[in-house]
Amino acid sequence: MTTTPTPTVGKATGPNDALLVVENLGKSFGGHEVLGGINVTVRAGEFMCIVGPSGAGKTTLLQCLSGLTAPTTGAVTLRGERVTEPPAEMAIVFQDYSRSLMPWLSVLDNVALPLRSAKIGKAERTEKAMAALTEVGLKDHVHKYPWQLSGGMQQRVAIARALAYAPSIVLMDEPFASVDAQTRADLEDLTLNVKRHLGITILLVTHDIDEAVYLADRVLVMGKKPTVVVDLVETHLGPHRDQIATKATREFAELRSRVYKQIRRDDLTNSAGSIAAVG
Amino acid sequence: MKRLMAVVWESWLPILLVVLWLVLSARSASFYFPPLASILERLGEEWFFDGIVENLVPSLLRILVGFGLALVVGIVVGVVLGLLPRFEEAIRPLLEFLRSTPGVALLPIATLFLGIGDGMKVFMIALASMWPILLNTIDGVRSVEPVLLRVASSYRLSLKHRIRYIYVPHSAPQIFAGARLSLAIAAVVMVVTEMIGSPGGIGYFILDSQRTFNILNMWSGIVMLGVLGYLLNFGFRLVEAHILDWHIKKNS
Repeated sequence: MTTTPTPTVGKATGPNDALLVVENLGKSFGGHEVLGGINVTVRAGEFMCIVGPSGAGKTTLLQCLSGLTAPTTGAVTLRGERVTEPPAEMAIVFQDYSRSLMPWLSVLDNVALPLRSAKIGKAERTEKAMAALTEVGLKDHVHKYPWQLSGGMQQRVAIARALAYAPSIVLMDEPFASVDAQTRADLEDLTLNVKRHLGITILLVTHDIDEAVYLADRVLVMGKKPTVVVDLVETHLGPHRDQIATKATREFAELRSRVYKQIRRDDLTNSAGSIAAVG
Repeated sequence: MKRLMAVVWESWLPILLVVLWLVLSARSASFYFPPLASILERLGEEWFFDGIVENLVPSLLRILVGFGLALVVGIVVGVVLGLLPRFEEAIRPLLEFLRSTPGVALLPIATLFLGIGDGMKVFMIALASMWPILLNTIDGVRSVEPVLLRVASSYRLSLKHRIRYIYVPHSAPQIFAGARLSLAIAAVVMVVTEMIGSPGGIGYFILDSQRTFNILNMWSGIVMLGVLGYLLNFGFRLVEAHILDWHIKKNS
């Protein structure tokens, strides 16, 4: 792994260059500190998962990273430019697909809507939206309303909307938390394929350690509130992963227990139940 | 077959009532309550088609223009006030005061400034029927799902597109509920303003017939008014079914 950072020229960013830089990011709500000084650098083209116990402020972190919420201290920069509002090259997939899609718009119109505000012509909008919907395997459902689809398919619509936006980085906030286990595995693999195919950077927040390890190139482990970074784990599981084979490897087991220990050490009291359930 | 059953189910009571009226009034010798058969006969003579051109069309135009204005102003002002909660709070007492004032109470003032012509009538219809649309639009805009607003921000939707593709469609079911009420108010105000105004219009026709003791004409006008109301409501439902297609299907 080359560790020497290559200097970026203009907007060009090669693989492994710093894309999103988070420096000493803190967030308080009315004197109550939620994020306590986070430092992390997301590299271009990597899949980073942020994992931490429930209520660790992961969603707050994502909102600060995307410019939806202003941090109390510190700064977020994307390609060296400070993030103060949602950047044009960033897309977000929200947890709650049933509420993040417009029920009055067809699947196609949902995906194409952000392109309309980006002043892209109708023909090109449709073309891009169709390409994104094809990428997630929904090209036969484009004229339906989102609520006529299953939960997993709705979340794929949300993913297609992010892809059609042609971002360089996609933030995903617990995107598979409200679907059943089989659908969840399918969506995880879909996300991995899309990332490999399109070469985008993905930053995914989850409370599921297995999911984080399975998906990520690097796992960022968060502690309890006020949240700080506890560990940053490189996975080295390679670009091609398999729900059964990869999860059966020794590396996977070691990575998983390493992350567990970090979270457990920091959260002995709260997550006893979830450790028993998965351990 | 299902459609046919629905039509039968919807129309059996009105048909029964009309038949009852027809039978029970058949031998009526009362000057004020003539037999329905005579009323219908007069309806045919009086309204088809001179009366329609002279009285029904002007009424229809007034209510359509007035109600259309109420829709446009109600939705536009409602969206603006819905998006500016602080400002809306500040003027809410004024809105409540204006809304609680029965629209027709302003009739004397309206005639003073606008006369008794079409301008006054359309103005009164629009003013009185605007409130349910306006208030429901404000509520609708306020109740947009916060997640959708975050989606709108993160995908940098322009204000125009937020209004067109989020705020208005989200509020549409509520706007229609308000508009249905508004349409009923508009019909009342239409009749009342026609009764005090210049010739032309069903309201004028009914009052004029009553004043000249032409009771058959008066009754025929009232029946026509019922027909007009029914047609307006029917048209309203067609538009609603088309625009709220997603909402109706989603909730069925």
